[in-house]
Amino acid sequence: MIYSEKVMDHFTNPRNVGEIADADGVGEVGNAKCGDIMKMYLKIEGDVIRDVKFKTFGCGAAIATSSMATELIKGKTIDEALKLTNKAVVEALEGLPPAKLHCSVLAEQAMKSAIADYYKRQGVDPTLIVGDIGNCEECHGCH
Amino acid sequence: MDKKFIYCDNAATTKVSKNVLEAALPYFTEEYGNASSIYMFGQNAAKALLKARETVAKAIGAKQHEIFFTSGGSESDNWAIKGMALNGAKLGKKHIITSVFEHHAVLHTCEFLEKQGYEVTYIPVDEKGLVNPEDVKNAIREDTCLVTIMFANNEIGTIQPIKEIGDICKEKKVVFHTDAVQAIGNVEIDVKALNIDMLSLSGHKIHAPKGVGALYVRGGISLPNLIHGGAQEKNKRAGTENLPGIVGLAQAISDATQNIKEKQEKISKLRDRLIDGILKIQETRLNGDREKRLCGNVNISIRGVEGESLLLMLDMFGILASSGSACTSGSLDPSHVLLAIGLPHEIAHGSLRLSISEETTDEDVDYILETIPKVVDRLRSMSPLWERICKNEGITGTI
Ligand SMILES: Cc1ncc(COP(=O)(O)O)c(C=O)c1O
Repeated sequence: MIYSEKVMDHFTNPRNVGEIADADGVGEVGNAKCGDIMKMYLKIEGDVIRDVKFKTFGCGAAIATSSMATELIKGKTIDEALKLTNKAVVEALEGLPPAKLHCSVLAEQAMKSAIADYYKRQGVDPTLIVGDIGNCEECHGCH
Repeated sequence: MDKKFIYCDNAATTKVSKNVLEAALPYFTEEYGNASSIYMFGQNAAKALLKARETVAKAIGAKQHEIFFTSGGSESDNWAIKGMALNGAKLGKKHIITSVFEHHAVLHTCEFLEKQGYEVTYIPVDEKGLVNPEDVKNAIREDTCLVTIMFANNEIGTIQPIKEIGDICKEKKVVFHTDAVQAIGNVEIDVKALNIDMLSLSGHKIHAPKGVGALYVRGGISLPNLIHGGAQEKNKRAGTENLPGIVGLAQAISDATQNIKEKQEKISKLRDRLIDGILKIQETRLNGDREKRLCGNVNISIRGVEGESLLLMLDMFGILASSGSACTSGSLDPSHVLLAIGLPHEIAHGSLRLSISEETTDEDVDYILETIPKVVDRLRSMSPLWERICKNEGITGTI
């Protein structure tokens, strides 16, 4: 399997690794059985994502997509972040091997579930805003 | 500092040795004749072929006419199994016994035969990665046409009780095939003493080129062809012989089997240092029996990290290894071998296989033992799974 230089760059020097102790929203997707888990922390001011951190257990692509996704939403408004698709993450990484596309889906889901968590903490039902996040159990890898 | 290059994936393939290369080279440009030709030039090739056959036979205690050259381990496995299946069908015997953790060359062949109406019993292995010969004995039926159990496992390196299984098969009069691709050159093998009827071997695991191997078929067993065509290999395996490869294979086997004891001693010392050193990292476990183990095989699961990212990071430090994680197996499940010894998916995903060789040095081992803990720390520091393990379960040391 061949990863692009961008993927290797984000794998070797992942951006925004870590946790945010007083995060306003935290999302976690994936599971250990499938071999990847992504956890994302958001610091939100007004409607702007001021800071974002992640932790990922998974393959090179899982780490690189998490890193790229955090880069793409940092400093953006929630609306802008919600428009981020897994496809955009893949493009920013200059492509992923087909077998690894699910990692980019996971990154999108991690970000969305962190935003959903933020709304829940505000007492707002996130389903109308964030929409259907989907979950890892739907992927064919888990049985 | 030069970038390190420490190759620890000899179970995947090996470097062609200088000896082998020198032995094989003349057969590309000088002695390139066809062994089937009648003129002297072709006869040189025929002579070299015979000599190679004798060398391979001698290395495993067989006779020259019992050795058939093939394109490698996969072909040998396919030929042995499909051939015996065809023989069996003629006698109404359509049952095959194998183990759950064979190489895919055996497993997928058996699965193919199941689709053709054969019945296959997959013997389980215990948590140490060993087949119980009693299980084989109990599985043998009137209609069993073949038992095929690997000599040594390619992932966890466990060496199977081949003599016991051979004895049982002899007593029960069932043909016994073993895939010895990983064992050859690492374990002493005498097919007669071990009652092995058929044995697969491959060149590229023992410093010969890729794409050449052999199947030993005990005299008296008549195996139908897998590959039909010309009269090569006593009409049994068509195709102009890969003479450079075959000469290389013979040289490699002769080198590898000459001083197995010495080699075992030297390499297993390094292996044991690696095992002990890596097991010092908390929440790790050795996969496969510690004693009945190939001298070059280390297979360890490291909790909280995923295999592929571990390999990529080790590669950055110049250490080349492999893993049984789903991401590296090219499927969605982690290795069938690790699942077969009872590992949960989570722990199978975090496995690391180092397979060392004669070329591995003490300094290499020092460097590997310095590097792995750093890499594991780094990956664990960004792993939510590790965070959860620390919080919820507490660290117990080993798994
Ligand atoms: C145990 C075992 N059997 C069979 C094979 C296949 O051998 P080859 O690559 O020569 O076809 C391998 C190597 O991949 C192996 O390790």
